[in-house]
Amino acid sequence: MTTKTSSETREPAPLLAVSNLHATVDGREILKGIDLVIRPGEVHAVMGPNGAGKSTLSYVLAGRSGYEVTEGSVLYRGLDLLAMKTEERACRGVFLAFQNPVEIAGVTGVNFLKTAVNAIHRFRGEAELDAMQFLKVARRKAKELGVDEDMLKRAVNSGFSGGEKKRYEALQMALLEPRLMILDETDSGLDIDALRVVAKSVDAMRSPDRGLLVITHHQRILDYIVPDRVHVLADGRIAQTGDKDLALELERTGYAQFIGQAA
Amino acid sequence: MTTINHTDWLDDLRRAARTRADAAGLPTRRDEAWKYTDIGALGVAAFALAEPPKGAPPEVSSVGETIRLMLVNGHLITPPGANLPAGVVIEPLDAAFSSEQVRAHLGRVIPADRTSLAALNGALFGDGMLLRVCAGVICERPIEIISFGQAADAPLAFHPRCLVLVEDAASATLIERHLGQGTYFSNSVVEIALQPHASLHHYKLQDDAVSAIHVSTTGVSLAADARYAGVLVQTGARLARHEVHATLVGAGASFELDGAYLGSGHQHLDNTTFVTHAAPGGSSRQLFKGVLDGEARGVFQGSVLVERAAQKTDAYQLSKALLLSGQAEMDGKPELEIYADDVKCGHGCTVGDIDEDALFYLRARGIDESDARQLLLEAFLADVLERIAVEPLREAFAAVVGERLVH
Repeated sequence: MTTKTSSETREPAPLLAVSNLHATVDGREILKGIDLVIRPGEVHAVMGPNGAGKSTLSYVLAGRSGYEVTEGSVLYRGLDLLAMKTEERACRGVFLAFQNPVEIAGVTGVNFLKTAVNAIHRFRGEAELDAMQFLKVARRKAKELGVDEDMLKRAVNSGFSGGEKKRYEALQMALLEPRLMILDETDSGLDIDALRVVAKSVDAMRSPDRGLLVITHHQRILDYIVPDRVHVLADGRIAQTGDKDLALELERTGYAQFIGQAA
Repeated sequence: MTTINHTDWLDDLRRAARTRADAAGLPTRRDEAWKYTDIGALGVAAFALAEPPKGAPPEVSSVGETIRLMLVNGHLITPPGANLPAGVVIEPLDAAFSSEQVRAHLGRVIPADRTSLAALNGALFGDGMLLRVCAGVICERPIEIISFGQAADAPLAFHPRCLVLVEDAASATLIERHLGQGTYFSNSVVEIALQPHASLHHYKLQDDAVSAIHVSTTGVSLAADARYAGVLVQTGARLARHEVHATLVGAGASFELDGAYLGSGHQHLDNTTFVTHAAPGGSSRQLFKGVLDGEARGVFQGSVLVERAAQKTDAYQLSKALLLSGQAEMDGKPELEIYADDVKCGHGCTVGDIDEDALFYLRARGIDESDARQLLLEAFLADVLERIAVEPLREAFAAVVGERLVH
């Protein structure tokens, strides 16, 4: 049991290890045994038809209530991710970029972002930022991402266009400096130019100690964030795994071959 | 020289009020306007009328630079001082009874026959106050009235009274803060008469003692192009009712009232408004937002009457409440009665729970659940508090609200 193969000793310990993950929503099984290992520095894409369970996977990893894990395990940096509260996962470096970011009337961007940044600093035992320090960092990163400074003063996501919301997600990612970034259909609702800006800023965050899980229906985001592995999720299971060429092939062939096959 | 015998005038006023109060008694739940709020059950009828307090006044800090006066159990103990701006008059009503303006408005904005509690106040009020801002005067410094209830062993009753006159094109800011200790019944009446083009900002914090009963009746009479902007925050008292009677008498008047209330435990917080549009071109806007936890109960009754003459009226009211527990309860009764045909009127009433999607979003960014809840609740109430134009006051009210939201 303790014997290690030579390949395992060379590879770094997984950032995320999902084993036989089953999950239900309202009593209906959506995930039917997912296995997925992401090592530091790797980018994995999960593609698949609508209703395959892609968003469910992202919500289970982020800890949304109503998504019940019935079997299997998820280790994040060796720790039991499923035992952690949502906020603890975030503080330990799990970041979910939402497909549909929620509009939160009355909470200004500055207040929200500063509260989040300082919650994470506190968790990590780092000094909290005061208002001036925070604004300096936030303004710089906002500028890099083409996020209008005015958006920081407005209520979170309120009245933002689709593109603005996704840039705002990317800004949060840049400010919170996560270890595992999960992109849930970040490309949906984006035009080509907005997609390029957002995808490039995510790609710029790639580093040897970070992992990235890109959940998408379309291949085009993967032109900017080139994946190491591509998985096809169909009917709650990984139906096929390959390299980046699999994504291009899917773009040609579509998902029809996977629909019904797994059932 | 003829001396006006103002004592007789006052006595007549009180006598009429007493007759009315005796005949009506306290409201019961059989009264349509008191269907949801049972004041009789609390035994206030047996509370002794408060004597002038002895000993040092309680220490209460001011909210910024204000013209401040303090009432303890309805008795004026800290007068506003001598350095009032020119054209601003603040004096006890019994010294001011001879004035034409007082006679023209006292007991007229809220007539004693309007409500039995206003009648009770008319019969029993102690040191009533007159606040008068003379024509054309802009009173920059807010006038702050602190009404402090101080009851030791036995429960007490007191009946603060205030008449506010803002004359032609004058403007002022009035702050009311209700605080206290012990078990008491505070039954206040504030009559506000706004003359043409006058403007009043009226900010009220009801943060009475947890075992207090607070009832207030505020009357607002708006002449042509007058403007009233009120913000009400209710956090205190075992049972509280803020009742407003506003009448847009002159054309083009504007009435705005925003309210926030927070209840927990067994608190009962009632906001009842009657707005009458009697002249054309007026607008009224009301927004009430409540957060109710524990077994707290909230009431919003908003009645808007648009008379036949009040064409081109724009009237809107909205009540939103969040219930944080399964035992909290909210009763809402919006009523529109419209007799003019060219008007814009709307109302809405919602009761909901905290937004779970927003809560998850905040938690997914590392903010722990209780902080996230507080952030969302503060945000829910923010558009009410943002209406407070005086910054130190806005901060002070927000601090009281913030404290209440911490679990």
